[in-house]
Amino acid sequence: MSAPFYEYGLLDGRAALWVALAVGLAFGAALERAGLGHAPTLAAQFRLADGTVLKVMLSAIVTAMLGAFWLGRLGLLDLARVYVPETYLLPQLLGGLVFGAGFAVAGLCPGTSCVAAATGRLDGVAAMAGMWAGVLGTGLCFGALRTFYESTARGTLTLPELLGVPYGVVVLAVVVVALAAFRAAEWAERRGGTMRRAREG
Amino acid sequence: MSATAAVVAREPAGGSSARDATRVRRTVRRAPAAYASPYAAGVALGLVLLAAYVVMGRGLGASGAFASTAAAAVAAVDPARAQGSALLARYLAEGTPAWLDWLVVELFGVTLGGFLSAALAGRLRLVVERGPRLSPPGRLLLAAAGGAGMGVGAVLARGCTSGQALTGGALLSVGSWLFMGAAFAAAFAAAPLLRRVWT
Repeated sequence: MSAPFYEYGLLDGRAALWVALAVGLAFGAALERAGLGHAPTLAAQFRLADGTVLKVMLSAIVTAMLGAFWLGRLGLLDLARVYVPETYLLPQLLGGLVFGAGFAVAGLCPGTSCVAAATGRLDGVAAMAGMWAGVLGTGLCFGALRTFYESTARGTLTLPELLGVPYGVVVLAVVVVALAAFRAAEWAERRGGTMRRAREG
Repeated sequence: MSATAAVVAREPAGGSSARDATRVRRTVRRAPAAYASPYAAGVALGLVLLAAYVVMGRGLGASGAFASTAAAAVAAVDPARAQGSALLARYLAEGTPAWLDWLVVELFGVTLGGFLSAALAGRLRLVVERGPRLSPPGRLLLAAAGGAGMGVGAVLARGCTSGQALTGGALLSVGSWLFMGAAFAAAFAAAPLLRRVWT
């Protein structure tokens, strides 16, 4: 078992930056190919008129989740050395709510706004500028937020640990939920299309 | 189709005759290629994320690169102010310049990858994408305001759709799923209020 390669010292810092560039190139190309550099598509997701965001995100999560689970089970990937974002309940709940409202207003998220900007969409440039100002402003006012920011810390906490069920069971449950969400998205898109046609003709 | 675009892009002035020039312009301005299936693009994105776990032991990110560069900018103007903020100081602590930060290089790659992909598909357009009722300046203002909100939210949540929802989501982190649920709930709740902005 020698993966993650960087964690096992098989790559130095310089090589890691080339990996960063390669990972970023592929990430940006995948977002662009999916049509997620186009704000009206993302905004339509939240009106349930288009399911692209949900389909792309859940397909990506399911793919990476199954890959990590099986590589770990086969002993090819040391999951203990893969960084899992730590849980802070209230900051992530409130942060998520504020983030989601901004997402619906901008029609873009941080990664997709870079793709939008790179492909000539000036609203992507504006979203990036706003985001940078938002992060900078929060950083300068951090003194007032710090207590809240550090509150309700749970460390590295995963759903299998929280629920007390085996890893594989949660993986299976996420797959089932994703498949149900795909069906719901296809249904909502068909229904939305029928309603639009009825209104227009 | 994409091969044609690449050739045209390298030889923008095309042939010497006027007819050739017209043909080249028409090729450049052709209808953009259709987007990929969202499932296929999502699986590709998931494989990129998995490759990041396997090679680096970490996932993707976007908002972290904004924080690194913001910290560097504050430090350049007022170092004491930057060190006074526990959040900004954390990004300066490693001592590497911001442009050599892993996430900054990765996000530069995202930008380049998006550009190249759109160029090959004939989808580069200099536009302000907006709902039919909104003026371009109005749309830019709203995009910046939404961006500012996302900046605040991503700092509080320690990540965004990339670093929390995708990266932590696929590793089944409780905080990542909480973030994702809260973000989508707020976006769905806000959508009816924004109907006139987008339709």
